[in-house]
Amino acid sequence: MELILNFPAVSILLCLFAGIVSSALKAKGAGRVNLALILTEIVLQFFVLIQTIALGRPYVYVMGKFPAPWGNEIRVGVLEAFMALFFCVIMLLCMLGGSREREKELETGKQHLYYIMIDLLLSSLLALVYTNDLFTAYVFVEINTISACGLIMIRQNGRTLEASIRYMIMSLLGSGLLLLGICFLYDLTGHLLMSNIKEQVQLLAASGNYHIPLIVSLGLMSVGLAIKSALYPFHTWLPDAYGYSTLSSSAILSSLVSKGYIFLLLKIFYRVIGFDIVRESKVINVLFVFGIFGMIMGSLSAIREDNIRRMIAFSSVAQIGYIYMGFGLGTAEGVIASIYHVVSHSASKSLLFVAASGLTDASGESCRYPDLTGAGYRNKLAGAAFTVGSLAMVGMPVFSGFISKLLFSQAAIGHNFKMLPTLIALAVSTILNAIYFMKTVIRIYTPPSGKEEMAEGRVIAAKENRRKSAALVCFIALNLILGLNSEPIIRLIRSGLEMFG
Amino acid sequence: MGAHLLTNYGEAVAMILFGIGFGNLLLQNNLIKKIIGLNIMDTAVYLFLAEKGYIRGRVAPIVTDGVQQVEAYINPIPSGLVLTGIVVSVSVTALMLAITIRLYGRYHTLNLDEISTLIKKGGQ
Repeated sequence: MELILNFPAVSILLCLFAGIVSSALKAKGAGRVNLALILTEIVLQFFVLIQTIALGRPYVYVMGKFPAPWGNEIRVGVLEAFMALFFCVIMLLCMLGGSREREKELETGKQHLYYIMIDLLLSSLLALVYTNDLFTAYVFVEINTISACGLIMIRQNGRTLEASIRYMIMSLLGSGLLLLGICFLYDLTGHLLMSNIKEQVQLLAASGNYHIPLIVSLGLMSVGLAIKSALYPFHTWLPDAYGYSTLSSSAILSSLVSKGYIFLLLKIFYRVIGFDIVRESKVINVLFVFGIFGMIMGSLSAIREDNIRRMIAFSSVAQIGYIYMGFGLGTAEGVIASIYHVVSHSASKSLLFVAASGLTDASGESCRYPDLTGAGYRNKLAGAAFTVGSLAMVGMPVFSGFISKLLFSQAAIGHNFKMLPTLIALAVSTILNAIYFMKTVIRIYTPPSGKEEMAEGRVIAAKENRRKSAALVCFIALNLILGLNSEPIIRLIRSGLEMFG
Repeated sequence: MGAHLLTNYGEAVAMILFGIGFGNLLLQNNLIKKIIGLNIMDTAVYLFLAEKGYIRGRVAPIVTDGVQQVEAYINPIPSGLVLTGIVVSVSVTALMLAITIRLYGRYHTLNLDEISTLIKKGGQ
């Protein structure tokens, strides 16, 4: 059992090591290393999760055996282990689903670079989930940004280049603010380890000294991470970045990269500042308002879109809005709903991206709506998967999205003045979601009439691209599990959140 | 208020510089000017850290002439953070410049708005 305590640190180092090894390999070798890495990570995180559940309390791993105020630490609880395992599983499925597209769309000779980016991205995600040191978190945020930018621009065309520079600009604004916030906090408390900062912050709050700098630093960190995870007014880079990069990149960016930042923000709220101080500071009210705007505006933009992948991308803006709205409620119930939505959105959004690519494959590579008419008949599995993903997004019972919407509304009820806006926004946003997702589902199940000019479609059997079919089946199963068997997962999140602070 | 500003003039300058850099990165149209803004912004944070870590009358924490008292030296951690930050900002600057070169090679302009218009017109 002692051995398992080393796994979180080992899993981060393993990713970095795999990245280094891959740089000397050809595309095929790097791909194999990457696959082996993700599978190993899943096994490691699974053991860590079992171990933390058995322990029933979080444990601290001291890097290099330097004791607390000086050394670097990793702190693992149930929530961290669960998120790490979940991220690894989604990563595996995204990579499986997009393997054919990677072979086709990436320049030969550059494919191994893609796998290096994925290795680095996984390492930074795991580090963001596990680390207990604020400055380490900043460094891995930057690694995350750089590798995500690489994932966007590796498919070389004008649109992805423009998208990646817009992404970089927005991300750098965000990380500038984050860095400044961390420096303020270090200046106030004299510590970089999250638990030590929290002790000092509690003392500061009790004494009433330096109230304004504390709030400013909290605000800077929240806004910085909100910009990086594409909260509503900062989403301009998102549709192009998700819409035109290669399939695995879109799926990973939408379901994992932004979630890593959100998890870090949650950590700052709970472990660095303390949620009571955050609630009193009114910073979450700002997040609440922008979250609600995002829910509505993202959906409105998605309705206007006639490119299926950009439509899915805009729907991400709306879903990120949901998550911030849950934080904004300022109750433990709201945060649990947000975490559940992180999980369910990751599962259904990556499913939608992979399924949409299956549909476009059957419609002559065209993402436009008129060409997709009847695509659900030409590629039956992708059509079914897209329907499942859409229903999950809209929030139909049986699928994952329903549970998170239920949790959001339960969390909102009884809240003094945030109850009404939350419920109205949930209702409006659900209707808007239904409009654009059902429009698409109806479109792909309308038999082509022959009058319209059609891009030549062809029938694709599930056997043709086995890896994508396997990924789709797994995604569908994951969504159904999240929708039908949510109780243990919610219990897991709740117990994890209790030992999170 | 004014007196505090005067005693902490280094931090005040750092914040003004941060604002200038942030504004440039956000609002400039020219990609090179954006990158310059990014560097000003990052350097401002390092100035802030260095200013916070410095204690008047003490020297850098490198043992010289056998003096080993803590009182003789400044806190080395902010300097360490600055070093880490410089590494990060060098790599993101390099990445931004690389993308800028690619975009310039393709569209022969550094103006981000013009590039967007060209892309909308030309499809790919």
